[in-house]
Amino acid sequence: MADLTNVIYFDNNATSAVAPEVLEAMLPAFGPLYGNPSSMHTFGGQMGRWLNTAREQVGQLIGASPEEVIFTSCGSESDNAAWYSATETQPEKRHVITTKVEHSAVLAYGHYLEDKGYDVTWLGVDEKGQIDLNELEQAIRPDTALVSMMYANNETGTIFPIDKVAQIVKSHGVQLHVDAVQAVGKEIIDLKNLPIDYLAMSGHKLHAPKGIGVLYVRRGTRFRPFLKGGHQERGRRAGTENVPYIIGMGKACELAGANIQEERTSVAAMRDRLQAGLLAAIPNCKINGDESSRLPNTVNISFEAVEGEALLLQMDQYGICASSGSACTSGSLEPSHVLRAMGVPFTYAHGSVRFSLCRYNTEAEVDRVLEVMPKIVHNLREISPFAAFLKK
Amino acid sequence: MWEYTDTVRDHFLNPRNAGVLEDANVIGEAGSLACGDALKLMLKVTPEGVIEDAKFQTFGCASAIASSSALTELIKGKTMEEAAKMTNKEIADYLGGLPKEKMHCSVMGEEALEDAIRRWKGLPPKKHDEEGRLVCKCFGVTDLQIIKVAQENGLTTADEVTNFIKAGGACGACKDDIQTILDKLRAIEKPMVEIKPAPRMTNVQRMQKVMTILSQDIAPRLALDGGSIELIDVDGTTVVVALRGACSGCHASQLTLKNLVEKTLREQVDPAINVVEA
Ligand SMILES: Cc1ncc(COP(=O)(O)O)c(C=O)c1O
Ligand code: FES
Repeated sequence: MADLTNVIYFDNNATSAVAPEVLEAMLPAFGPLYGNPSSMHTFGGQMGRWLNTAREQVGQLIGASPEEVIFTSCGSESDNAAWYSATETQPEKRHVITTKVEHSAVLAYGHYLEDKGYDVTWLGVDEKGQIDLNELEQAIRPDTALVSMMYANNETGTIFPIDKVAQIVKSHGVQLHVDAVQAVGKEIIDLKNLPIDYLAMSGHKLHAPKGIGVLYVRRGTRFRPFLKGGHQERGRRAGTENVPYIIGMGKACELAGANIQEERTSVAAMRDRLQAGLLAAIPNCKINGDESSRLPNTVNISFEAVEGEALLLQMDQYGICASSGSACTSGSLEPSHVLRAMGVPFTYAHGSVRFSLCRYNTEAEVDRVLEVMPKIVHNLREISPFAAFLKK
Repeated sequence: MWEYTDTVRDHFLNPRNAGVLEDANVIGEAGSLACGDALKLMLKVTPEGVIEDAKFQTFGCASAIASSSALTELIKGKTMEEAAKMTNKEIADYLGGLPKEKMHCSVMGEEALEDAIRRWKGLPPKKHDEEGRLVCKCFGVTDLQIIKVAQENGLTTADEVTNFIKAGGACGACKDDIQTILDKLRAIEKPMVEIKPAPRMTNVQRMQKVMTILSQDIAPRLALDGGSIELIDVDGTTVVVALRGACSGCHASQLTLKNLVEKTLREQVDPAINVVEA
């Protein structure tokens, strides 16, 4: 078993470490400050101020005003709530547009609506994982209730041209939901200048804890709450607020704003060095994604003729954490829907590994991965029946 | 994350007999790139049919590599005849068990071995169309393969079949079909009313017995599915029948013939009976 205290954590798109500052900010709300913000007494009521601060911190990061920020329990809930609201408030519109490479929170809602008799247009992507804007525009119909599109893809890091998407969608007067779970804190998002109606965020990709999310809803957008009950979040999301986590989310957004340049420069530089090093040291591998428009922390690379789960478990021996789009890791028997939508050949799709870095990673960790990976790939190719067919 | 036993981890991290066997004289293959795992089994078999050496090359996950490693350990030193009796269960047991979603890795081992044995016997490689009806298009799995794995491992649900041979695990369109096959199989395997065979039978007695069982025992079961059966001839131990109604041309008709009709007649009349279709 690998030494669990000394891991090289290159899997930040799966989840990320809680920042020490975030943890510290949350602690009082787990301790003495346990009041309910809805209470009439000062002890509880004072917590409302903490929530307001958090709302401002979130708003600051994405260029939203605090009233446009709704706290939810996770990114998936935010996605679901956006789809729910957009379709419930426009019941006469029975068509939705999204892409084939979305997170399962969106894919599943699309399939659910299809079962209910909706028409869903699933936009395909090219080999880099990019959509075709003409195709998007042509798909829009008078009865289109919603266009839902991710800002950046969690598996490949490919960034969609959301500003252009927004222009097109809004020129047709259609609502737009953007799943920005992977983009927030890495891409500069200014909703004052980006006309979208809904935006989903998740705390645990941003050095806040798991189980806290945000749904941004543009002022003036008709909204119907997904979770019905009490009047919390101005009647837009019922349930007593998760005060400590909301405080943590606020703090994480403040930190993300302060560190975004570092993410875009030094993290990107480490990622680039990792990518270049792997490509140089290991023959027959290929990058999945759009290198000209990609998250600064992500590289998805396929090693031909070896299988992803085997790679990951070998890497695990060295304490290196990453993810794979192979069938075996998903338990679904099919390689990742993202890589398949991109038309990545099977030889490559099964052998894909996603490295996703963050500002807590170091150059020394990159060195170590570059030292270990060639050996691992070589050893697995030695026992692969397909290695003989690789181009020399 | 999968829960692998220590034995699986060990055989994955330190695979036994991995690599190319230079003087192999029998090869067996299973799986494909598209499926995400593939195994090439290389054997050195003596003229007497003893597996003197075995090596493998595997593309696949940890449990696929461990299953291949276990397979080679299990068969080394065995005769081909002995090896032919091996099932995926022995591979899984050798490894201290596999997660149920990973049982297909052990099945791949069994399939590669079967392929090797077929080639050693000079039989043509397995072709799907000779091997029953294609049920799962995504993974190229036929009804007979499903029946085999279900019988060997006592599977009763489509999900279990997916875990063992992947069928049903992609688009899922074939799941109902798989379940129907399993349900039929179960109905067929239910024990029947015992009719003890007479110690020695004349041809006429045997014929009468066959007729009784066909009409009283088998026909009612087929009728449930809208089919019927007709006895055409009994020639010694060869029973010639015709399947009619929904049974004729039914994809499971071979299954019916072998598993239901022949099995019942063998049990209740004469173990030497062979049932053929007219
Ligand atoms: C693009 C994207 N959307 C949504 C989610 C779901 O977020 P959560 O895990 O908070 O539900 C994730 C992360 O898993 C993601 O990567
Ligand atoms: S046909 Fe069987 S899973 Fe698609």
